[in-house]
Amino acid sequence: MAITREEVLHVAKLARLELTVEEVERLTEQLGAILEAVSKVSELDLSDVPPTSHPLELVNTWGEDEPRASLPLDEVFVNAPDREGDLFKVPPTG
Amino acid sequence: MTIDTLRLTAEDALGLLERREASAAELHAAYLAAIGERDGELHCYLRTVETAEGDGVPIALKDVISTRGIETTAGSKVLEGYVPVFDSTVAARCKGAGLPILGKTNTDEFAMGSSTENSAYGPTRNPWDPERVPGGSGGGTAAAVTAGLAPWGLGSDTGGSIKQPSALCGNVGLRPTYGTVSRYGIVAFASSLDQIGPVAKTVRDCARLYAIVAGRDPADSTTVEVPEVTLPEGERLDGIRIGVPREMNEAEGIEPGVRDAVQQALVLARELGAEVGECELPRSVEYGLACYYLIAPAEASSNLARYDGVRYGLRAGADGYYEMVERTRDAGFGDEPKRRIMLGTYALSAGYFEAYYGQAQKVRTVIAREHAEAFDRFDVLVSPTSPTVAFKVGEKAADPLAMYLSDLLTIPSCMAGLPGLNIPCGLSQGLPVGLQLIGPQLSENTLFAVGHALERSLGFDTVPERLR
Repeated sequence: MAITREEVLHVAKLARLELTVEEVERLTEQLGAILEAVSKVSELDLSDVPPTSHPLELVNTWGEDEPRASLPLDEVFVNAPDREGDLFKVPPTG
Repeated sequence: MTIDTLRLTAEDALGLLERREASAAELHAAYLAAIGERDGELHCYLRTVETAEGDGVPIALKDVISTRGIETTAGSKVLEGYVPVFDSTVAARCKGAGLPILGKTNTDEFAMGSSTENSAYGPTRNPWDPERVPGGSGGGTAAAVTAGLAPWGLGSDTGGSIKQPSALCGNVGLRPTYGTVSRYGIVAFASSLDQIGPVAKTVRDCARLYAIVAGRDPADSTTVEVPEVTLPEGERLDGIRIGVPREMNEAEGIEPGVRDAVQQALVLARELGAEVGECELPRSVEYGLACYYLIAPAEASSNLARYDGVRYGLRAGADGYYEMVERTRDAGFGDEPKRRIMLGTYALSAGYFEAYYGQAQKVRTVIAREHAEAFDRFDVLVSPTSPTVAFKVGEKAADPLAMYLSDLLTIPSCMAGLPGLNIPCGLSQGLPVGLQLIGPQLSENTLFAVGHALERSLGFDTVPERLR
């Protein structure tokens, strides 16, 4: 198995996903098979090949540094699950 | 007058408007009537727009494209009820050109999939055979164009989500060069790969729509200046050098009927004056899929971090903040986004980054170099778009790896940022076969010219037999 149940739980924590027991089981099996397939990239010796992070040879894109109007706050909050004044309201982190 | 939308191309529709034989509102209404008649079976649309706004040819937009005032869900429960307060650049450009929006089309959740079965709102069906998938992720737009439920539409393509559904539905789809069409306001999947592009019944319609949406956008710093679009007219291919990558035409898993249809189109290309020669892309095909399924999920895991229940979208009830975020994401995402978030997070995590993501980025360089070498000798490359014709609904749903293989032939060029055009080139088992034309970056005009000449000569009927 390319990935253990403990690793799946660890990655789920990193990704902030609360998975059900059944999901953990299924993902352990499926991710194992997928990781085995994608590990194929390690067959190639590419020590002297540079990585590509982006398909275009763009270096910098410049724009005028001019202030523009932002969205009105009422529009910003129109899709918010909860709001208090001009803040997004969430449950306490403590 | 009665407008039969089934055969109507966007250029035909434009003709009706210019000759004042129909108004934009009448055209829009004719498509809504067709949707009312046929979309119950096909489920191309997640929602329609009842009033025509604009005096042009109406358009369908994939539901990853933000539309001001119109719910945009990306096929996900996590965005159910989300109504954008701004237009994406492509939606604004369509509106600016007077194109009324017909509706938002179905997609695999977050454009992750090859069959549109991963939509949280139910699958789209293939107009050629409703027992079969329309491809994905842009199955909604592709099926709508084929079934006469839209004259044209926009899709998004990360590893084949425009070209593959166009192949399976028998119409024309362009994945443009990376950077030619703005991604501002598009629900992001994998940012170094995502591209927006047109789907239509003809190459000329595709070129027209591309001309409307392409161009540099100050709101997307990855966009570039785009050469002026030339509408294709010629019917010959004299002087065109067509390369046939051996691995992409003989790969295991390509159905014989698919290979034969593409080979026959190549015979036709020779008769039209093209030089056809063999070439090789050995590592692009052998390692492309593995490279893609590391890079795309890695970028997706980062892009989908924004769905945290704080600013918009679903929020699950919980007493604490982290509990709320974790529950929201578990309840809001379907199986495929979860799989990709997990895979991407793993590939980016400490201890694995270099072996997986770092190595995949190097493979990406190898793929780009192989293609560049091929373009030293050839103007375009040809292969099947999809190894198979449309498969049955449910056939691959339980096996993610089998589903991923649907994109074997579309993925390599996406990794290199190259444009690709799908045109239908025949039938196999009564279902459409798609031919993929790949060109160097910014070679869209060449793809249109070659695609148009082949299309005219092939004479493929884009209307499914059962609807004729």
